[in-house]
Amino acid sequence: MGTTASQLGKDLLSEYQELTFLTKQEILLAHKRYSELLSKEDRNLTSVPMEKVLSLPELKSNPFRKRICHVFSTSDMKDGSLTFEDFLDLLSAFSDSATLEIKSHYAFRIFDFDDDGTLDGGDLEKLVNCLTGKTEDTRLTPEEMRQLISNILEESDIDKDGTVNLSEFQHVISRSPDFVRDG
Amino acid sequence: MTSLKEEVEEKKKLIATLRNKPWRMKRRLKLLKECQAFVEEFEGALGKGKGRKLYAYKVMMAKKMIKFNRDFDNFKTACIPWERKIKEVESHFGSSVASYFIFLRWMYGLNLVLFAFMFGLVVLPEVMMGLPYGSIPRKTVPRAEQDRAMDISVLLDFGGYCKYSILFYGFYNDERTIGVLQFRLPLSYLLVGLGIFGYSLMVVIRTMARNSDEGGDGGDDGQFTFAFKMFTSWDYLIGNPETADNKYASITTSFKESIVDEQENQKDENIHLRRFLRVLANFLILCSLGGSGFLIYFVVKRSQEFANLDQDELSWFEKNEVEFVMSLLGLVCPPLFETIAELEEYHPRIALKWQLGRIFALFLGNLYTFLFALFDEVNAKLEKEKSIRNATIWGLNEYYSNYSSYHNTTDIPPPDIHPADVIRGPCWETAVGIEFVKLTVSDIQVTYMTILIGDFLRAMIVRFLNYCWCWDLEAGFPSYGEFDISGNVLGLIFNQGMIWMGAFYAPGLVGLNVLRLLTSMYYQCWAVMSCNVPHERVFKASKSNNFYMGLLLLVLFLSLLPVVYTIMTLPPSFDCGPFSGREQMYNVVMETIENDLPAFIGNIFTYATNPGLILPAVLLMVLAIYYLNATSKNYQNANLELKKKMQMARDEEKNRRNNKENTNQVMQDLEDLLPNRSLLPPAAEEEKPPPVLEKGSKSPKVAKRPGAAANGKGVNIQKDVSLAAPNPKAAVTHPPGPRGPSGNARGPPPGPARGRGRGTPPSRR
Repeated sequence: MGTTASQLGKDLLSEYQELTFLTKQEILLAHKRYSELLSKEDRNLTSVPMEKVLSLPELKSNPFRKRICHVFSTSDMKDGSLTFEDFLDLLSAFSDSATLEIKSHYAFRIFDFDDDGTLDGGDLEKLVNCLTGKTEDTRLTPEEMRQLISNILEESDIDKDGTVNLSEFQHVISRSPDFVRDG
Repeated sequence: MTSLKEEVEEKKKLIATLRNKPWRMKRRLKLLKECQAFVEEFEGALGKGKGRKLYAYKVMMAKKMIKFNRDFDNFKTACIPWERKIKEVESHFGSSVASYFIFLRWMYGLNLVLFAFMFGLVVLPEVMMGLPYGSIPRKTVPRAEQDRAMDISVLLDFGGYCKYSILFYGFYNDERTIGVLQFRLPLSYLLVGLGIFGYSLMVVIRTMARNSDEGGDGGDDGQFTFAFKMFTSWDYLIGNPETADNKYASITTSFKESIVDEQENQKDENIHLRRFLRVLANFLILCSLGGSGFLIYFVVKRSQEFANLDQDELSWFEKNEVEFVMSLLGLVCPPLFETIAELEEYHPRIALKWQLGRIFALFLGNLYTFLFALFDEVNAKLEKEKSIRNATIWGLNEYYSNYSSYHNTTDIPPPDIHPADVIRGPCWETAVGIEFVKLTVSDIQVTYMTILIGDFLRAMIVRFLNYCWCWDLEAGFPSYGEFDISGNVLGLIFNQGMIWMGAFYAPGLVGLNVLRLLTSMYYQCWAVMSCNVPHERVFKASKSNNFYMGLLLLVLFLSLLPVVYTIMTLPPSFDCGPFSGREQMYNVVMETIENDLPAFIGNIFTYATNPGLILPAVLLMVLAIYYLNATSKNYQNANLELKKKMQMARDEEKNRRNNKENTNQVMQDLEDLLPNRSLLPPAAEEEKPPPVLEKGSKSPKVAKRPGAAANGKGVNIQKDVSLAAPNPKAAVTHPPGPRGPSGNARGPPPGPARGRGRGTPPSRR
């Protein structure tokens, strides 16, 4: 039900305000940015392809941008394209007033690279590689990587099954002083 | 009827919490529309019968209230100034640099309120309802200075017309009430002067309290270091590739550091050398602090001697020596401290704290030395004032006796002297005010000059000389500057301290500061964006915020002390300012109580200030503090106990599970995700099986047999699936049913245990 009309309907706007953590100005601004992404394309499209979304300056430098698009996309083709409502969901989850539960839930899904519901060693390794950049001299050696992953699992894996699941993840995150700031 | 009402309430609650559910928008929208339709339909129905109109009215008011609240929130957000500018800085430089600008904006708000107080309650009444310039001696430039009163150099020194204007204490008249409204100016002056401190104190403490209770749990040092680094180290507000690269590098460095730290915990080589070096470094720094304090004292003493000489013979340097030296020290010493601190070899975060502490001590020492020197000057002026006062009184008596003996009347008109010719006392309060204003102005000048030269000029040189220089200027020696967060924040804090100290003696100082903060915001935003590069180690602005607030609080107290001391002990000048002629400044409050308020209030105050009442009150407060302290300690202990219990429960759990092979093989059904109810690991729920669980939850631990939990024995094993099995995306093979309790001995199912599982269904209980 994403709208591509140039104006957002008033009751739709108030419903969005009810359902997201965004204020009215933020929703209108989001609509404007979204329309700009669409403007060069066919007007009839209801969703913006992933490459266009990734061209947004805010996402361009983010190492998790592709994962973010995949997580928030509801398209059947799993191509990471976002409708306007997906876009609003994205902004709402990242907004300052979002609660801890929402943020940790989506963070978990973003970090879960293989979408299997847990963070296992492969996911963690991909995570670390995303964080340490693309160039060779900033990557960790395999030995360091192994050490790092075992340290993390030791800290966060409560039931010792070799993976971090959602509640373990939320438990860790809820203790983080940075995270609690918005909670 | 009631059940309907309950349902309506429930739907309303659901609407309120909808945004917290991690579902897709489409689904939420559908649910919202359903709930709203339901509420609308049945809310009308509920209002049948008597009281219907009232009920409908209440409902309508509630809706309007919600809408009004939402609009007001929107409006408040729109009113926050400079939001976009700060976000832009944040995306380029990370949140730590942006936190400085947020702090600056907060300061601006505080100063705006203080300015409103001062201006509205003190300056405006005097200007509108008080006597104009030139009517009485204190408001007129003395004859001797009149021919130079308009000179730029004199004005820039805050002499001449500036000195005898609303900017300074001396201008204000001491009439008890002025104007048609009978506005009590002296009382208002005193109360506003003290109210400025009260308001600032309240705001700072409120901000600290708000910050502190969100960061309170962060003391679990070392418990989750790696996990935090992994999951929370990325700053999502970064929008600039260069900053992102820096951030990558710093994350990598911090990973490597922690890995190395973890491995080499025991290594402490040559601890004696390190200790010696640290002691040496501290000694050097103490020496330089003492040296700077002495230098300031010396310079202020010299300036007093200069003041006695003829003003025309002094060079600009000699006239402004004090401010110049203080600013110079503020510029030179911090880098000096940093170089000395390299001897100490602390961890960077600890080193930063030491550095901040030392700079703080430097500024504090300088300020207080300046104050002491100023105090000597004040005493000297008081001495001089006594003689002038005696001279004036004597002159007046002479005039009266001559007049009466000459004209033989007792009705003597006041002496007819032009206000500019009257003998004037030295008016120490205005002198103090002038000193503070000059200090603030020179501080502003130095800051702006530093930015212009240190950042802008440097950037220009590096950019344009790079074409014709032997080595790469951008990567090598000068390169572009980084934004010095701690230096700027401390500068801001101390500037505010000076404003607090000087506001009582120079009401115009607060207005000056408001202007300064406004221009600072634009100027520094521009400078940062155009001349600076992101830090090498981009670190997040986290709990340090309370650190700066704590410094601000300390500075507030320290600037409160001199002002309160002077109000209480020093006598006001006899011929200038709103308290002239009184014994002490606070006497104006006593007079007001006696004359203006009804008698019984005076009695109340007399009783209240009785020492017999005050001492018990103080005792009571001390006891209350002790009690609250003890209570908070008890809470902390209780917290620790609970944590230990959780730890023990977790360890027990670990031991039980260690023998079992299990795997997470459940796929999350994203659309059916239900919110997680509890984030804590289970306390002691292993023995009793939990009740019916959320639908779709399946035990991932197929190995658990139903009897295990019930028996409380944790040993039985059924190795159905090995740990190494990959987690497949399971197809839905059977509908979700109520789960057996076995797998879920811990309260909430471990995360992905929602959705459909595969393999054999767990045996029911």
